[in-house]
Amino acid sequence: MRLELRGITKRFGDLVANDDISVTFEPGQIHALLGENGAGKSTLMNVLYGLLTPDAGEIYVDGEPVVFGDPAGAIEAGIGMVHQHFMLVPVFSVAENVELGAESVGAFGFLKAQSAADAVRRVSSEYGLEVDPNAIVEDLPVGIQQRVEIIKALTREAECLILDEPTAVLTPQETDELLTIIRGLRDAGKTIVMITHKLREVREAADVITVIRRGRVVAESVSPQTSQSQLAALMVGRDVSLVVDKPEAAVGDEVLSVSELSVYDVTGRALVDSVSFQVRAGEVLCIAGVQGNGQSELVEALVGLHERSSGAVSLGEVRIDGASTKRILDMGVGYVPEDREHDGLVGSFPLAHNMVLDSINEQPWSRFGLIDYAKINKHGADLIEQFDVRARSADVLAATLSGGNKQKVVLAREMSRSLRVLIASQPTRGLDVGSIEFVHRQIIEARQSGVAVIVVSTELDEVYALADRIAVMYAGTIAGIVDPGISRDDLGLLMAGAVAS
Amino acid sequence: MSVTTRPVPQVRIAPPSFKRPLIMTLASLVLGSIFVLLAPADQQTTFVFNLGDTLVALPDWVVSSRLAATGFALAALACSAIAWPINTRRGSLFFPAVGVGFFLVMSFLSWVGADEVLPVTGLLQGSLLLAVPLVFGAMAGVLSERAGVININIEGQLLVGAFLGAVVGSLLANAYLGLLAAPVAGALMGLLLAVFATRYFVDQVVVGVVLNVLAVGLTGFLYSRFLTEDADLWNNPEVLPTIAVPVLSEIPILGPILFDQNVIVYLMYVVVVAVQVALFKTRWGLRLRSVGEHPEAADSVGIRVNRTRFRAVVLAGAVAGLGGAFFTLGSVGAFGREMTAGNGFIALAAVIFGRWNPIGALAAALLFGFADNLQNVLSIIGSPIPSQFLLMLPYVVTILAVVGLVGKVRAPGADGIPFKKS
Repeated sequence: MRLELRGITKRFGDLVANDDISVTFEPGQIHALLGENGAGKSTLMNVLYGLLTPDAGEIYVDGEPVVFGDPAGAIEAGIGMVHQHFMLVPVFSVAENVELGAESVGAFGFLKAQSAADAVRRVSSEYGLEVDPNAIVEDLPVGIQQRVEIIKALTREAECLILDEPTAVLTPQETDELLTIIRGLRDAGKTIVMITHKLREVREAADVITVIRRGRVVAESVSPQTSQSQLAALMVGRDVSLVVDKPEAAVGDEVLSVSELSVYDVTGRALVDSVSFQVRAGEVLCIAGVQGNGQSELVEALVGLHERSSGAVSLGEVRIDGASTKRILDMGVGYVPEDREHDGLVGSFPLAHNMVLDSINEQPWSRFGLIDYAKINKHGADLIEQFDVRARSADVLAATLSGGNKQKVVLAREMSRSLRVLIASQPTRGLDVGSIEFVHRQIIEARQSGVAVIVVSTELDEVYALADRIAVMYAGTIAGIVDPGISRDDLGLLMAGAVAS
Repeated sequence: MSVTTRPVPQVRIAPPSFKRPLIMTLASLVLGSIFVLLAPADQQTTFVFNLGDTLVALPDWVVSSRLAATGFALAALACSAIAWPINTRRGSLFFPAVGVGFFLVMSFLSWVGADEVLPVTGLLQGSLLLAVPLVFGAMAGVLSERAGVININIEGQLLVGAFLGAVVGSLLANAYLGLLAAPVAGALMGLLLAVFATRYFVDQVVVGVVLNVLAVGLTGFLYSRFLTEDADLWNNPEVLPTIAVPVLSEIPILGPILFDQNVIVYLMYVVVVAVQVALFKTRWGLRLRSVGEHPEAADSVGIRVNRTRFRAVVLAGAVAGLGGAFFTLGSVGAFGREMTAGNGFIALAAVIFGRWNPIGALAAALLFGFADNLQNVLSIIGSPIPSQFLLMLPYVVTILAVVGLVGKVRAPGADGIPFKKS
């Protein structure tokens, strides 16, 4: 199927998410749509899939103009979409998810018990996508869930498959498997559109690349042989350095010691299983691993946010497991939470107030229980300056900032205290390249000043850029603590559950 | 540095908590001992099983109070003992819990029924009748919450159903026509909830509460303006007659309870089975559940989320309205101010206790009905417990059920969350 977009424009209020975008996707080709977070790739695909209505522009399928009012129309036209956040009902079985919306029914709308499962098996064997049709989706690993999404599209006779950031949650090995599957589909004549910001995969898998920046096409028909730094420059609009300047580590004493820490969910399943490690002053320990292997819970337990945990955590000589979060922070732990929108900031508070959230009850911000706004506002204005937050003033509400600026506010708050440990969970997720550089520099600066730093990251590039040591988490355990000299392949194996030896 | 593969480690499970079997054992021991000690050794308890004409007339069972109380308490203890070995993460404590509950109630009855006559079959029949509006309300709750709309409005839907059923039944002098009108009233109430919840995205709990106040106010006003003015014309419907199902109604014990009832009770059986089958076996049910669990996923395959929710909520209103008719056409034969008396909220508790499952909600509603009727029967035969405590019984059972015994329940993923497209 030849799919053509002509002059697509989509605005959200003042923001022009797509500005006159024209691009053609050919059958039998893997077409990569490359761009930073917020460049407008997902908006474009949602327009194509009928989830959003464009303000201007047309869509052509095999030369015929089409209008999709809703996803049903796009599906009918043969377009299938694999969303970044899977569109699967967690408590339904694979077969139920696959048939949803296109059920085959008998009299009175009764579902035909076996037909959905048969359809899954048929597509599975045709394209080599193995999956048990009767498994419940939430019990499956994400790699398999993604397979279910692909099967879902294929059972609807999709001729064009759109994959939105398909490798965001996969291990390197799962990524390889996915790329193999995608190549197979291409060879079967399907039109494949892959939306991503990952340069490596683009060069590996794509037949042709279109680069989008700030809602516009800035480069089309780019060859996948183009070098990584050239692609990065196209994507960002200026030359970027992909490496962080990192002086030799001056490692000091052990600051944080974790011993046999376990964290359980409500049903008593161990999400973190007897994990032990130490972090010393002036080093960065990166916790690598595929999302959902216990990293989030581990960090929550370290700062006292998890109710059900066992084991010992010591800050210097003092045990802090079981201590309140407030006490842990007061002892010199800085915490940059994974979900900055939700846990890092109060969106409806001005920046200045967000900058003192954790110390509002202390002098000089308050005296005798009364808040001194003048001091807080002055402090906020200073930090905005110092951390290069792009905001009119300290009175601006936090919710109105971009992701990168929000993260700068969180960092500013945490690093304006005197720290012994800095824990940053996914510090650059969803940020533009400029902000990523800034955040990385701040983290390295903290390390140089003798803070013990823990960075949780699922991005291998980030891990290699920052880490002095890498702890790989898999299924709640630490698969190994390794030197950053380890090869990408070996690191990938560890992330998939191999053991270091 | 080298790396070797290893098998996927088994997810470690924390050791099972012994809280629940411990509670069951302690409850059996403590309550059982109390009942045994209080049951007089020199008096007899008479359990009566006969009710109406059945094929075989069962003899009354006359037994020493203390002996019976002891026997049942021991049986409860045995059930709680069974709970220990099967208290693993996978095993369900459902049946032992039911056993403990049943035998403790029997032990209790042996004590309070000392020197009295306990109509066992009558107790159960009354329980079923008190449970009827609860069951309809709970089905309404299941339908709307499975679609992702919290239904606090069941109470109001029951009330307007009771009202319109009575008025139409009275004006047209035909109870069956009143029965047709009741679901219409409930559906209109549901329609209001649906409009506010799925079109204007108002907080569903707030709308539900406000609509309940509306229902009370509206029926209260019309009641004093018309129904009390000329009760013969407006508020004097005939009561639906009982229809004995041939043969089935003559089964001992079960027959008179289940198959010698009016048409609303039979409709209740149909509704429960229909909701269960439709939710889990049909395309309609699959789609309805998908919009309640993950509306974005449903939307992405072309299901119209808010339309599906809208229809589910209106249908739920109709079901609750039908249940409301039982208050007027099914039992009392006249409408009274605020006569639903919180039944809608207990129905909501039954939905949660029944884990958003039609059959589970049915069981919960029956339990609540039993607690209610137990209180009635005990106050009639004159029990040694102060009547104020007996009046609390249904509510205490409701609270205990919802708080303690439910265990880990999971509401539909998007229950109460409005679905707005960007």
